[in-house]
Amino acid sequence: MVTEIKSESKELTNGYLSGSNLEKILRGGHFAVTGELGPPQSADGEVIREKAALLKGYCDAVNITDNQTAIVRMSSIGAGTIVVQEGLEPVIQMTCRDRNRLAIQSDLLGAYALGMRNLLCLTGDHQSFGNHPESKNVFDMDSVQLVQAVANMRDECIFQCGDAFKGIEPRFFIGAAAAPFADPIDFRPYRLAKKVNAGADFIQTQLVYDVDAFAQYMEKVRELGLHEKTFILAGVGPLKSPGMARYMKNNVPGILVPDEIIKEMNAAGAPWAGKKKEELTKEDKKARSAAWKETGINICIDLIQKLRAIEGVAGVHIMAIEWERAVKPIVEGAGLYPRPQIEETVSEA
Amino acid sequence: MIIAEQKSLDEIKTLIGNSEKVLVLGCGTCVTVCFAGGEREAAIMASSLRMATKLEGKSNAITDITVQRQCEWEYLDQVAEQIGEADVVLSLGCGIGVQAIAEHFPNTWVVPGLNTSFLGLPSEQGVWEERCAACGDCILGLTGGICPIARCSKTLLNGPCGGSEDGHCEIDPEIPCAWQLIYDRLSSMDKLDVLLDLQPPKNWKTSRDGGPRKIVREDLRLLEEEE
Repeated sequence: MVTEIKSESKELTNGYLSGSNLEKILRGGHFAVTGELGPPQSADGEVIREKAALLKGYCDAVNITDNQTAIVRMSSIGAGTIVVQEGLEPVIQMTCRDRNRLAIQSDLLGAYALGMRNLLCLTGDHQSFGNHPESKNVFDMDSVQLVQAVANMRDECIFQCGDAFKGIEPRFFIGAAAAPFADPIDFRPYRLAKKVNAGADFIQTQLVYDVDAFAQYMEKVRELGLHEKTFILAGVGPLKSPGMARYMKNNVPGILVPDEIIKEMNAAGAPWAGKKKEELTKEDKKARSAAWKETGINICIDLIQKLRAIEGVAGVHIMAIEWERAVKPIVEGAGLYPRPQIEETVSEA
Repeated sequence: MIIAEQKSLDEIKTLIGNSEKVLVLGCGTCVTVCFAGGEREAAIMASSLRMATKLEGKSNAITDITVQRQCEWEYLDQVAEQIGEADVVLSLGCGIGVQAIAEHFPNTWVVPGLNTSFLGLPSEQGVWEERCAACGDCILGLTGGICPIARCSKTLLNGPCGGSEDGHCEIDPEIPCAWQLIYDRLSSMDKLDVLLDLQPPKNWKTSRDGGPRKIVREDLRLLEEEE
């Protein structure tokens, strides 16, 4: 990649920016697969271990969300530490909503010391969506500034304030998010450029269901040369039901769901067993749900195949939220299993 | 200007408590313009309180008076006598007015009749909207005259976030997305290149985060001493 490594811990990372598995996969030219692991709303580490077991071997790294949708959960770094212990590589998510620049930097020093190597920098959902709507938000920095601050800690050994520090610097593989279909849509490739210029090594996008729209976005991204400066992982997620598809289409900003996909989901379950809605038994509903899920997984596999064919897409980020079990059939179905095992061969940037 | 709205009558009654002599003090500047605490509102408040106390079988002495500005000593001095006689002053000024009274009249018990809401403007008759967060380091020159500190829910400097949809903010369809407004304005003026620059983290020291703020103008001070 473009960044020159100045620090003394260059040897530690063998020429990589971070030496993370995700970085090695991407720089080795492999099509990367990342997943997502949502920590519980409790202090139960067993939940993390169970989810990690479902994802291990099927993802190159898994994102650990940071108080996702502004709901209090086990911390990303805490859960990430357990994930590391389980032999799976985490991508720590860090939002700007809950921490100021002091807290963010100190937490990241700790995260690195605990073995985290990938970081996704996010602005964060507004707290009004979550379970503490009366809380005070921070937003001391925004996601673009966070990317730059983390890159400066890694590449220049300076804190955000400009002070230099000695000793081991946190060498993260730095990620950022992109919302290709949010408004104003014409500006989205340029906002991506800002994140890349700030130092984003990889990008994970919002969920893509509309491949044509995403291909158009990628065309502009390629025009700006961004695909050569960063690794772009397209976001995908299996649908559980036609209701979920409709909800995403109508209620979630920046997600486009084509009608054909909604139709396909509908067709998978209706009319179930030739019965009217009110005649469905508990067993019928269960079987219908299984049929929907199977279709959702197949649609997801199909999306991955199509996205993989777009120039500049370096991998997929599978968001099977509270449905980690779906990742295995998706990765297998997409022909992405087994995941490459990277030896220490790639050297200088 | 400062925009405020009245507290509920119940809360005001609780704040006044058992005080016999109540002075409702209006303010003739910002809160007059936003119809929250001017002469008219002070008179209505006083009669509402008279009615309420009468219903409760009390006979409190409730009067009202309005000064040009509660935030300047010279205007407060004009009603010093009335303030001195009151058991409680119900200020219909903004939070600055309430504090000016407390500071200027150490023996007076003063309570707020308004919630001071924000710095803004009337966008139409009967509608007020926030425009300035008084951050102390104006960046409007970078954003086409639209403030993301006051108007973006996440105070982004490198917006818009992914929650902008159909021109509104994800937290409320009634809130316009500040960054959509900035984008549209810069686009219409052919100045979109401004948005490509990476804006560094803001210096919040000049905002409330740097502690209570104060401005000292020595040039003006010296003049005062010479007089």
